[in-house]
Amino acid sequence: MVKKIGILGAGKLGMVLGQLASRAGYQVYIAGSGSPEKIALTVEVLLPSAKALTAKEVIEKTDTLILALPLGKYQTLSAEQLAGKLVIDAMNYWWEVDGQRPELTDVSSSSSELVQNYLKKSIVVKAFNHMGYHNLYDEAKSKGQKKRKAIAIVGNNKDAVQKVAAIVDDFGFDPLDGGNLSQGIRMEPGSPVFGANLGYDELRTALASFETTKRGIEAKSAGNLAMK
Amino acid sequence: MIKPEELVFGLDSFGDIPQDENGKSFTQAEAIRQVVKEAKMADELGIDVIALGEHHRADYAISSPDTVLAAIASITKKITLATGVTVLSSDDPVRVYERFATLEAISRGRAEAVLGRGSFTESFPLFGYDLQNYDVLFEEKLNLYSKLLEEKPVTWEGTTRAALKDADVFPKTDNGKIATRIAVGGSPESVVRTARYGFPLTLAIIGGSPERFNAYIELYKKAAAKFEQPAYPIAVHSHGVIADTDEEAIELGWNHIRASFVRIGQDRGWTPMSREQYEGEVQNGSFYVGSPETVAKRIARMIKTLGIGRFELVYGAGGLSANARERTIELYATKIIPKVRELLSEG
Ligand SMILES: NC(=O)c1ccc[n+]([C@@H]2O[C@H](COP(=O)([O-])OP(=O)(O)OC[C@H]3O[C@@H](n4cnc5c(N)ncnc54)[C@H](OP(=O)(O)O)[C@@H]3O)[C@@H](O)[C@H]2O)c1
Repeated sequence: MVKKIGILGAGKLGMVLGQLASRAGYQVYIAGSGSPEKIALTVEVLLPSAKALTAKEVIEKTDTLILALPLGKYQTLSAEQLAGKLVIDAMNYWWEVDGQRPELTDVSSSSSELVQNYLKKSIVVKAFNHMGYHNLYDEAKSKGQKKRKAIAIVGNNKDAVQKVAAIVDDFGFDPLDGGNLSQGIRMEPGSPVFGANLGYDELRTALASFETTKRGIEAKSAGNLAMK
Repeated sequence: MIKPEELVFGLDSFGDIPQDENGKSFTQAEAIRQVVKEAKMADELGIDVIALGEHHRADYAISSPDTVLAAIASITKKITLATGVTVLSSDDPVRVYERFATLEAISRGRAEAVLGRGSFTESFPLFGYDLQNYDVLFEEKLNLYSKLLEEKPVTWEGTTRAALKDADVFPKTDNGKIATRIAVGGSPESVVRTARYGFPLTLAIIGGSPERFNAYIELYKKAAAKFEQPAYPIAVHSHGVIADTDEEAIELGWNHIRASFVRIGQDRGWTPMSREQYEGEVQNGSFYVGSPETVAKRIARMIKTLGIGRFELVYGAGGLSANARERTIELYATKIIPKVRELLSEG
């Protein structure tokens, strides 16, 4: 059976993840914020084997979806439609796009926990957020190739983390289980892994070194860094 | 494929603050005068385009590129006077038209407006715009600007500025149209929009493999065909530094281009670029750093891969010394450009 994946957000990141998915043989369904017509041409050229649909249709077609929209807009997603789905959160707080949103950077929770809190009936797993889109495109290497880069994955549901690990592997990266969703704070902008493009061992070290950063120390004292 | 002799070569600056021989930074005013001097040099050396980018930050001196270009116009003969970019979203299209039409007059037809959304956001609060309207601002203003380009009275209505009714805007140009391009980063939607309005496209490729942009070029062409607009030769703009040897250039690039990327990236939460990442950019990515021989080969390869018609080297990033900047310009003009043409005519 053909593996399927849905992508919400047809911008820089969504397109690249769609390309990696197509290359790995997935049937990709993708949506922007509006009508499929708006992204049809882009999808036709950049992602020829994918289907451009509305967000609702994409959600209906697939059980696994990637969120590649601005984090500041997560509440425009429909929690009802996404109920029961495995949702891969690739979003980051980006002040230039999202404006000043203190709640999105508060050290007492990772941004993915806020997303999980909103998508109450979905299983949220964070992945693909800590590498720039052109690096994701350039660094993806098929299984068995040397010097692959690694992508960290965090989530509370271990089966879901396993599934996402297989997707990360299919897309061209070594998956690294980084713990529970709260640990996602180690992967956010400003952390040592963000944009570092590392292999598995180095990524593990860099995730740990978050604890020595200013934000890491703050998160720790907020009680949010206990490793499982 | 564009004929090698018809390729256009440019130099781009944001007005970075250079250092003198003793490592002392220029003042911002001195930095602007340095760019004027370099543009004169570039004109005399036969470089086709000088493009100046608008920024509103301490690390760049140029916030009014068209004013600097007007100064350059009066001391140069042939070079095209472009911006790179004019941040249209936080500007007024009528003013933009007026300024470029004026530059067009002063320079006898050498002005080129290169419009974009810019890669920074300082201009939004500065001029009272809400970043949340980023898309609408650009779309509406481009719409108005493209009407103004016809140089006939304009009637226009939108949400981002006052409406115009039969407004005639001056000065009129001798050629009847200001040359205009749109510069984009990585957003596919911007590529489609550029084609929809029928403008030439500049791709700002500041990192990663240039090959990745083949799909964007394809998108531009397909979109142009769909909207029944012409598809013009593509321009690419990327960073670089050229010195007599690869070693020297690589160190300069590390100390300056990389340093400026690190500084800018920090505000956005990126980890500082590692040596491995930097060398990746130099070898296969989008930093054109090295001796003339090395850089000519890389530029030729990129031009061939993407089939573009114009290349602009962003020089002088990150406090590179005035001497090293001038050396880059000289080597680019006298060694690299002829060599790239030669390599490409060999096929
Ligand atoms: N760029 C990167 O290198 C990178 C890397 C890792 C993670 N990220 C994260 O990925 C996310 C997207 O970034 P980007 O750079 O790709 O931004 P982008 O180019 O601006 O694209 C955002 C996309 O999301 C769409 N969108 C907005 N609301 C939506 C909704 N409710 N449902 C479906 N789609 C919606 C937008 O559609 P419209 O255009 O129609 O509004 C647009 O297609 C951000 O959270 C970012 O932090 C980015």
